[in-house]
Amino acid sequence: MTETLTDIAPTGDLLSKFDDLIQTRETLLASGIEDPFNLVMEKVLSPTTAICNGRETILLGTYNYMGMTFDPDVIDAGKQALSDYGSGTTGSRVLNGTYQGHRECEDALREFYAMDHAMVFSTGYQANLGIIATLAGKGDYIVLDIDSHASIWDGCAMGNAEVVPFKHNDVEAMEKRLRRIPEGAGKLVILEGVYSMLGDVAPLKEMVAIAKRYGAMVLVDEAHSMGFIGKNGRGVCEEQGVIDDVDFVIGTFSKSVGTVGGFCVSNHPKFDIMRLVCRPYVFTASLPPSVVATAATSIRKLMHGANKRAHLWENSKRLHGGLTELGFQLGTSEPQSAIVAVIMPDLERGAAMWEALLKEGLYVNLARPPATPANMTLLRCSLCAEHSAEEVETVLGMFERAGKAMGII
Amino acid sequence: MDSAAVDERIRTLIEPFNKKGVTIEDATTFAGDLEFDSLTVMDFVAEIEDEFDIIISMNQQAEIENYGQLVAAVHKMQDS
Repeated sequence: MTETLTDIAPTGDLLSKFDDLIQTRETLLASGIEDPFNLVMEKVLSPTTAICNGRETILLGTYNYMGMTFDPDVIDAGKQALSDYGSGTTGSRVLNGTYQGHRECEDALREFYAMDHAMVFSTGYQANLGIIATLAGKGDYIVLDIDSHASIWDGCAMGNAEVVPFKHNDVEAMEKRLRRIPEGAGKLVILEGVYSMLGDVAPLKEMVAIAKRYGAMVLVDEAHSMGFIGKNGRGVCEEQGVIDDVDFVIGTFSKSVGTVGGFCVSNHPKFDIMRLVCRPYVFTASLPPSVVATAATSIRKLMHGANKRAHLWENSKRLHGGLTELGFQLGTSEPQSAIVAVIMPDLERGAAMWEALLKEGLYVNLARPPATPANMTLLRCSLCAEHSAEEVETVLGMFERAGKAMGII
Repeated sequence: MDSAAVDERIRTLIEPFNKKGVTIEDATTFAGDLEFDSLTVMDFVAEIEDEFDIIISMNQQAEIENYGQLVAAVHKMQDS
């Protein structure tokens, strides 16, 4: 019998708490499956295609919604900034790490959202971590959706506020919790525009109105809707007409914008003080000049992305409709965003289906507990405005073959 | 409401969540004996919050490991 990793753990090993997970992973890989969490993109050909494990692969799980990663203007801006300002800032935003490019990037965000203030963080994770932990401290109450992203939960934990979750997208459950908060306590309601696991949209119109009625401040994470949802691509809060009542919008550059970084925009008159008191903003190096230059250029181009948005909707509707016709079970009964989540019966068959698709030449995200709601295993597809209508048909053919071969449909 | 009345109401609420029919004592733990996962905890907590019109924040939940602690905490909250 071969010795497994968990057999040789010495006592007092702090890693032994992960033994169950190590076991699950070893069992999965022992079945001969390619490791879903160790894929290497050997060459990236375009926003929608790459070479993975030697195969040309259609990318359908990258959140690159607007396909900006290879935009010629974006690449030129990055190259220029790299030559003019160097490879990195080696400093915090509040010391030597604010270059002209960081200011221009924040200007682009203020224009994009038509808001007074914008603050750029080094990642989207840090934007949530920093803003939430700084806003809501000991004695304050945070009311949030149970399916919130890990960065939101981590921000809650870091700030020491009282954390009160409610059932996913349940307006009544949210209201009950707001009503019970002791009078005089500070209240922050945290919502997401699009929830990334199932691709469903929040009823922000009702929720934001109720939050305001109870005197709560509202933060909406629009990571998965920026650039795509809403007339100007400002997100679900724009689409549902409540953006003016939202106190803080959080977003990321690592999805529609096509690079890396995070931000918060706000109309709060005192917002700028956050730059001095928000630790994940202060105690880390700022984004490299080339990154903020690509982000600023991309954000400005997204302001005029109406045609791309229309094509992305067509892609989402076609993929959702096609998969439904084939008999797959999806996360939402109608397409609500650029995410289409295909529900798998269990992790083993989900991983097998994931591998079958990869061998067909298609990359999707395999999502599994604890990141998923209700312990589901999901094959999460995210569409890109650069996917052609033909590519979407090709994808449907791949799903049909793999689904039949694996006995999923 | 006295502690016995709180106990009685929580005992009724816990029934549908006690899938294995575990005998409930003060020392019965939610994670260990009752095998509640995070979703079950959320639904169960919501039932109690609605019944007693209180909030049990996640910070407070972290301090409550067994049935006896829950009854004591709810009794204290609905009194205040």
